[in-house]
Amino acid sequence: MGRIAFLNANAAVAEAALVAGLGFYAGYPITPSSEVPERLSKIMPEKGLPFMMMEDEIASINACVGAAASGVKAMTCTSGPGFSLKQEALGMACMFEVPLVVVDVMRGGPSTGLPTRPSQQDIMQARWGTHGDHPIIALAPCNAQEAVFETIRAFNLSEKFRQPVVLLTDGSLSHLHTKIYIPDPEEVEIVDRAEPDVDPDNYYPYDYNYEVPPLAKWWTEDGKSYRYHLSSLIHDKTGFPTVNPKYTQWLLERMHNKILNHLDEILKYEYYKMDDAEICIVAFGSTAEAARVAIDQAREEGIKVGMFRPLTIWPSPEEQIKDIASKVKSFIVAELNLGQYKLEIERIVGGKVPVYGVNQAAGVLIRPSQIYEKIKDPAKRVEIGLTEEELKRFGGGE
Amino acid sequence: MAVDYTKYLRMEKMPLYWCPGCGDGIVLKCYLEAIDELGWSKDDCAMVSGIGCAARVTGYVDFHTLHTIHGRAIAVAVGIKMTHPDKHVFVFGGDGDLVHIGGNHLLHACRRNIDITVVLINNWIYGMTGGQHSCTTPTGAKATTAPRGSFEPTIDVCKMAIGAGAGYVARGFAGDPTRLKKLIKEGLEYKGFALIDVFSPCPINFGRRNKLGDPAKLLEHMKSFLVSSAKAKRMSEEELKGKFITGVLHKDTEKPELTEAYKGLVEKAQASDEYWVKYVKGTLTDADRDEITREELKKLYPYDVETPLKKWKKL
Repeated sequence: MGRIAFLNANAAVAEAALVAGLGFYAGYPITPSSEVPERLSKIMPEKGLPFMMMEDEIASINACVGAAASGVKAMTCTSGPGFSLKQEALGMACMFEVPLVVVDVMRGGPSTGLPTRPSQQDIMQARWGTHGDHPIIALAPCNAQEAVFETIRAFNLSEKFRQPVVLLTDGSLSHLHTKIYIPDPEEVEIVDRAEPDVDPDNYYPYDYNYEVPPLAKWWTEDGKSYRYHLSSLIHDKTGFPTVNPKYTQWLLERMHNKILNHLDEILKYEYYKMDDAEICIVAFGSTAEAARVAIDQAREEGIKVGMFRPLTIWPSPEEQIKDIASKVKSFIVAELNLGQYKLEIERIVGGKVPVYGVNQAAGVLIRPSQIYEKIKDPAKRVEIGLTEEELKRFGGGE
Repeated sequence: MAVDYTKYLRMEKMPLYWCPGCGDGIVLKCYLEAIDELGWSKDDCAMVSGIGCAARVTGYVDFHTLHTIHGRAIAVAVGIKMTHPDKHVFVFGGDGDLVHIGGNHLLHACRRNIDITVVLINNWIYGMTGGQHSCTTPTGAKATTAPRGSFEPTIDVCKMAIGAGAGYVARGFAGDPTRLKKLIKEGLEYKGFALIDVFSPCPINFGRRNKLGDPAKLLEHMKSFLVSSAKAKRMSEEELKGKFITGVLHKDTEKPELTEAYKGLVEKAQASDEYWVKYVKGTLTDADRDEITREELKKLYPYDVETPLKKWKKL
């Protein structure tokens, strides 16, 4: 038994993080994400856990890296501009290989952009925001209940693979209040980082014998103290810097392979009415809910259309997309940006079938009617799905 | 009694990376002597550093160590201290790292009075990157980015720290190791945020460009900027212009330490009967929870996707 609540997805993420075993939160206020720290500031002390509002976005993710490295599950939360500021430390977390969850409630960009309006413009920022070759896992839930489930999964994946995980929601989903179920911690699978099977004297934080070397808590519950060094420089098995080309290449390849060799555990996706589909809509997050309605409507008219919905955005589900490409006549990628994930789908499809886009970066959700229009006539450009009357209400622009 | 420094050092990492005449080794030695006098176990000590010559200290001390990114060491240390309030947490770094790029974190760690000891090795220059001028380079001194002399004013880090609310602020000098050790030790013992600003020579990347390549000469030059707190009391404001006072400059034994303050907050929060309080105490009953049927949950999650629930992998 858990709790039934009426919450927005931001509060849902906060509650789910505690279910997953969150031990430290540090953040900085930014619209539209602020309900996450607001709720955590109430419930974390209740659970006896440290909660911090830091001096800036940079400090908040760095404090999380410190907590995470020492042995605690940590999370920070932000939106586009703050996510940009966090990128350097996100790279450090990848390099240290510490578990960490970063929530990005996407708003319209670039720059200050549209603080109160939803977008999916951080798809590529989530993948390539920090410099250098690095792996990343990014998840995109489509409703508040899924935000609960995916938050728990984000923690589990990050602990299992010693890997920062980005949870992408958006300004619409995050503020929509719905009924949700928050399970008790005992009701769900919780993954904690692997413990080393050697004593502190024989421990290496990047032991060559593992694909994912266990990350020892600095102070274990049974009183052991694992003293070791982690460096943001390229390092060997001891954690100390090296410039040896062999170990440099080896480290970067292992960091990628620990993800790529376990796609079956990391990828998650939904096939919706895809069995006989000739058109495949690719949509994720809030946009997927509009796509579902459009598909149902088109199906009533006998149009064979379905949806492939990646819950794991990065790494991308290459095999699944390739398989679909061999069966359908076209793809339509619907997203709240000017075509970021479409680029990835085009890369995977490799010109085998046409890939169309419903792309809207207007700060309003894509409506089912827009996707429906595109299904009917894929070559036609879909305009912003608002009437003149509706546009007037936003004011400005004249 | 002589201190066995090897006890605290990762001897396999010797020799030290620093240039001949660098003050970093002196500061490290003073710090280890202070730790030894306090009798603290290595197992209870964690040190964080950012980027720079001084930041390399984390590679040498046999503690729990993190060598992080430029300017952010104090923020990282806050995450460690907040989650492990019973452990000793230190930061080592240079002026460029901790004051210039990382100044905001220093400022707010001072304000919070979190029990972290920061040893700031202030060598007036970006040494590792080749001698570019920093916020502490004396006005007029030459650097690779100031071939005609720096035109910027400098900062008195200690005054800033006191203004920001740091509990313990001291200034030491690598040329006076006996006193430096005492200042560091007092900072380590202080329950709250301690900053020890240490003037330390960089003869290679600061000295040589300023006709001070001889380490002894550079030490003398640095010393000419310093005035002991006892002597400063007898000096006029005019006489103190451009001088930096050494010794314990500020010690506030009244200001609450941050993790202690947080403990108070937790006690307050846990005096309620909220869900997570009861969860921690193990006093949750069925009345605190809601029953949900599979059908009801399927309405909230109508997708053909696995859930993390043990009972209903798929709804």
